[in-house]
Amino acid sequence: MTRWIWLVVPVAVLAGLVIFVLTGDPLRQLSESAPPVEEVAVETVRLEPGSITLSVRADGSVPVEIAQVQVDGGYREFTLDPEGPIGRLSRATVSVPYPWIEGETHHILLVTSTGVTFEHTIDVALPSPHLTASSLAMLAVVGLLLGVAPVATGMLAFPAMRQMGPGAIRFLLALTIGLLAYLFIDTLREGLEAGAETLGRLRGETLVWVSALLTTLVLIAVGRRGGKPPEGIALAFFIALGIGLHNLGEGLVVGASFAAGAAALATFLIVGFIIHNVTEGVGIVAPLVRAKPPLIAFIGLAALAGLPAVLGVWAGSQAVSPYFVALCFGIGAGAILQVIIEVAGFTLRREGAGPITGPVYLGGIVAGLLVMYSTALLV
Amino acid sequence: MAVLGRMHLSRRALVKALGLAGAGIAGNVAATRRSYAQATTGHAGQHGGNLDAGGNRVVGSVDHAANGFDPLEIATDFDFGTVSTDAAGRRVREWTVSALDTEIEIAPGVYFPAWAYNGRVPGPTLRCIEGERLRLRFLNAGTHAHTIHFHGIHPARMDGVPNAGQVEPGGEFTYEFDALPFGCHLYHCHSFPLKRHIHKGLYGAFIVDPDPDRHPEAREAALGRLAGSPQNARWQEFVMVMNGFDTNFDDENEFYAVNSIPFAYNERPLRVEKERPIRIYLVNVTEFDPINSFHIHANFFDFYDHGTTLEPTHRTIDTVMLCQAQRGILEMTFAEHEPGLYMFHAHQSEFAELGWMSHFEVV
Repeated sequence: MTRWIWLVVPVAVLAGLVIFVLTGDPLRQLSESAPPVEEVAVETVRLEPGSITLSVRADGSVPVEIAQVQVDGGYREFTLDPEGPIGRLSRATVSVPYPWIEGETHHILLVTSTGVTFEHTIDVALPSPHLTASSLAMLAVVGLLLGVAPVATGMLAFPAMRQMGPGAIRFLLALTIGLLAYLFIDTLREGLEAGAETLGRLRGETLVWVSALLTTLVLIAVGRRGGKPPEGIALAFFIALGIGLHNLGEGLVVGASFAAGAAALATFLIVGFIIHNVTEGVGIVAPLVRAKPPLIAFIGLAALAGLPAVLGVWAGSQAVSPYFVALCFGIGAGAILQVIIEVAGFTLRREGAGPITGPVYLGGIVAGLLVMYSTALLV
Repeated sequence: MAVLGRMHLSRRALVKALGLAGAGIAGNVAATRRSYAQATTGHAGQHGGNLDAGGNRVVGSVDHAANGFDPLEIATDFDFGTVSTDAAGRRVREWTVSALDTEIEIAPGVYFPAWAYNGRVPGPTLRCIEGERLRLRFLNAGTHAHTIHFHGIHPARMDGVPNAGQVEPGGEFTYEFDALPFGCHLYHCHSFPLKRHIHKGLYGAFIVDPDPDRHPEAREAALGRLAGSPQNARWQEFVMVMNGFDTNFDDENEFYAVNSIPFAYNERPLRVEKERPIRIYLVNVTEFDPINSFHIHANFFDFYDHGTTLEPTHRTIDTVMLCQAQRGILEMTFAEHEPGLYMFHAHQSEFAELGWMSHFEVV
């Protein structure tokens, strides 16, 4: 009985503390003369012919009121929905009728009631894609080229891989670890970048780390639910899943760059991604060289690793918030970390610790990192 | 994906309550604080004004009553002070001006922690006659040391700079000098940091009308300038102080205007009768930018640089460029024009689109 009381007491004390700070206002002297803090983040931008629509999120010690809006250094009429001050972490839509010019850069400045300004740049203005059948199809092609095509192309090397001796296979597995390590770093970086764009209080960067670690732990638990670590087709499945989640994030970024008007770079970007991602196909099938997987397994793995890119491009083109992007990359990074652990574990169990520090293995890792880094220069 | 969120501190709360300088100081003290609820009213989506400005406008309207001044009134509001005659029979003109901290709505929904003479920006347009003895009692009801530095002819100790006539908060000083030379001048605070003291709002127009008796060769022209004369009565006179506000204190103006409120004469054009000539006392106090300018549409004007001559220094121009503190008198007529709206603005498009955009409504 007394045990329960000692669970209730801390809760009651906590509630008392909160009530005291909020109602007693013991910190009044600190906050009395402090000027209000205002923060506004432009999360998404949509461009329609003759209009610019911004989705903004506000934070601060007081509700933030957007009083006036400049576009390209001139005040413009605008509407705010909902009207009035924007509360903490709330969103509002700023719509500005404006004859923006296709292919040119436009600058937006939001002026709050205290005269503080927040700027946002539309680097290359292009109409935001609508989700019509034809645009969905076009974006799907982008996603397929980005994700499925290179992975499937890489898998075509599988028959050749089967002919290789044990040294070459060891090298291939190490290569897979190298490329996964590269993807892990790159995914984290992209996630942290997106996380930094969120309002400070949403802690976008922390979100990336937390979601990555949670994903790793969950996937390890799922992978080992039968009591033993994944090998063969199961290991290939997890590699494909990790790469698929990574490609979801890549798709979001590519889709968003379409939405943000960076589409001029798209062709170049896609060529780069195809070359970059071919290695991923090799990595996925590397654990299968000793097995006799059916053809359908390859199709499934390619789909798992590549199709999320299509979803990502679709979602990204519709201007998603950086918070969501950060979360996706966090999950992707976590999934990749899990397969690094499992692939390394697979090798360790099979060959012991010796080969891992040998020149072939280290060379494979180095090769994986270098191939990914150098092909990333094309992106 | 370039999403940007920056954290800023605002100075809104730093506007201190008035009254530090003691009781008894009169002035047009505007309300210094408004709630956000008030600031919100009338926003977003409503079309004020009667002009289609191609979407280039501010949204909502300024509460001029709460500010304590209205740009429409400032344009034609001349402060003649009180006139008396001293023992030697000389005309003496006196004013009392106080500097104070106030918060003004410098654009709809945007509040600026201003320093202001008599609670208005620009300060009162002080108008006098060439040769008079001027006595200006200056009270500092603000929270920083201030001065009034006149552009005119005066002794060093009346210069209104840190060592001559600077007034600490709560103190006072009387500037005394002769009204010379005649022309269109200005006054401003010359305490340091100078840039900040000026752009916070401590400036105003200072007009010295020519004394016709001193200009027998151009008596009619002088009488036309002299407020109160029958020759002057037919003129439609306006004061326009070109200024700007740097609301985020990055040494660049966010808003430009004549007489402080952006687009004010766009939303409510200045009404002029076409038969009567127009005279504009134009003063540039714009901080941060090297120059400002005035451009009239569909018409030309004669320009008197500094207003210190009775003959134009430029004839038949439609644009004039002024550096900071440069000023002059513009004279024009719409007598032969058809009635309608005639635009005037800075011919720096940047300033125009940031608020220095106006219209005459010629009737």
